[in-house]
Amino acid sequence: MLLQALAFYVFAAVVVASGAMVVVSRNPVYSVLFLILAFFNAAALFVLIGAEFIAMILVIVYVGAVAVLFLFVVMMLDINLVELREGFLKYMPVGAMIGAVLFAEVLLGLGVLGAGSATMTTLNSQGPQVPAIENTRAIGQVLYTQYFYLFQVAGLVLLVAMIGAIVLTLRTRPGVRRQKVSDQLYRPKEEVMTVVKVPTRGGVQ
Amino acid sequence: MTADLIHFFTTNWLGQGIVIFAQCLAVTVPLLIAVAYMTYVDRKVWAAIQLRRGPNVVGPFGLLQPMADGLKLVLKETIIPSSANSVLFVIAPMITFMTALVAWAVVPFDDGWVIADINVGILYLFAISSLGVYGIIIAGWASNSKYAFLGALRSAAQMVSYEVSIGFVLITVLLCVGSLNLSDVVESQRGWFWRWYFLPLLPMFVIFFVSALAETNRTPFDLPMSEAELVAGFHTEYSAMTFGLFFLGEYANMILLSALGAVLFLGGWLSPIPYAPFTLIPGVVWFALKIAFLLFVFSWTKGTLPRYRYDQLMRLGWKVFLPVSLGWVVLTAAVLQFGGWLPKS
Repeated sequence: MLLQALAFYVFAAVVVASGAMVVVSRNPVYSVLFLILAFFNAAALFVLIGAEFIAMILVIVYVGAVAVLFLFVVMMLDINLVELREGFLKYMPVGAMIGAVLFAEVLLGLGVLGAGSATMTTLNSQGPQVPAIENTRAIGQVLYTQYFYLFQVAGLVLLVAMIGAIVLTLRTRPGVRRQKVSDQLYRPKEEVMTVVKVPTRGGVQ
Repeated sequence: MTADLIHFFTTNWLGQGIVIFAQCLAVTVPLLIAVAYMTYVDRKVWAAIQLRRGPNVVGPFGLLQPMADGLKLVLKETIIPSSANSVLFVIAPMITFMTALVAWAVVPFDDGWVIADINVGILYLFAISSLGVYGIIIAGWASNSKYAFLGALRSAAQMVSYEVSIGFVLITVLLCVGSLNLSDVVESQRGWFWRWYFLPLLPMFVIFFVSALAETNRTPFDLPMSEAELVAGFHTEYSAMTFGLFFLGEYANMILLSALGAVLFLGGWLSPIPYAPFTLIPGVVWFALKIAFLLFVFSWTKGTLPRYRYDQLMRLGWKVFLPVSLGWVVLTAAVLQFGGWLPKS
């Protein structure tokens, strides 16, 4: 139990610290790397509370795919650091306010101030009441039954975003010669090959 | 006395720590030896394909060649380019090597021979293998060199693309198994060798193997380090042991993906014929033989095929493998559902 508490405080401290470093570090590449560290430690926190499925999905989706693309973009941008620092003080109050509002929402939602309806006990009662089964199976049992429509709608939202991104980047340019693999494969042998009998010491005529 | 010892190693936290440490050593040391000799086998196989002898000078049959190579790498000077980002430059090979090692924690070598028998074993492996890309991309960026950066971008894009189809292959297998635990995956293939998943899921096995080649940056997909265009790709600036760690990590990853292939499609530690003389051979031997077979195919491919062009590589990943594997997931799910073969939960 002591070991678990210790692990929790270490991971939580690293999450908070690296979250802060994302904002204050001078190099944007460092920011992304700290963001990855934060994701990773958040996954470790999930493992600590026994939600190993969520933890693995967090690592696969955010660390393995999303953050790689972040890193790609940030590395290839030509960012002027001095210019980037100029707006920092101007935007800080706004950022701090948004952060405060989000934090307050979480606190209220958890009923810390006695205001929210959902307390930890009511949240727990909505979950599957089968502690004996592993949590992958537990998620599967409610995700496709109780929350089926919500899940599908979430998928549709992502689909819309994806189609939007494709529409924005897709443009047809005239006069581009494309390589069509099927055309190449269907070329008849006679068109592209001639068999030549080469006489010894004669060479190809 | 023995009861005391058992009590110490099973309940005391110090004893448990010692046991876990010993288990890690018991996996890591044979793995590193396997990596060293994999380089030897690779060179011998290519030599045989090209009608040469291969390494045959250091030790009997050249068997000490990997040791000599390793010693050379250790003794050389580690050079950090003056314009490189030295912290990230040093961290990158460590990330590559570490991710290649920690993934082995969930691989079952025999019935019960596994360090961490966790319920989400497949997902853990997938998560760790998706981390391997960071070592490469950080190395390319930290080197502050155009060749290294181009190589890293290529490599990262390639790994992300082929991970998608590997993910669908994993989903197909776990649909048939009904569990994410790797030991359960092996157990569900018990029986004659035609019950192993490579036969019922043959297209997925092929896609898995080709994606594994791309994932480990091996020929015909070794674009990231194509020497004709990019010198040595993302590790152009690396020397001595920093390069050595990349090299070791790459080979460890190859062995890892072969092990994953053996577990998912070739019945893991099970013997091909489930009767007496064959089942007496320890499971770990069968497992090693299956890994060795897949690794041989890795070397064989490298000795045989030319390199892909980059656009062809991307086309194969996104326009061929992705639709085929996605379709196969749907097909498998439908067959299992309507054929009444869904695994009992």
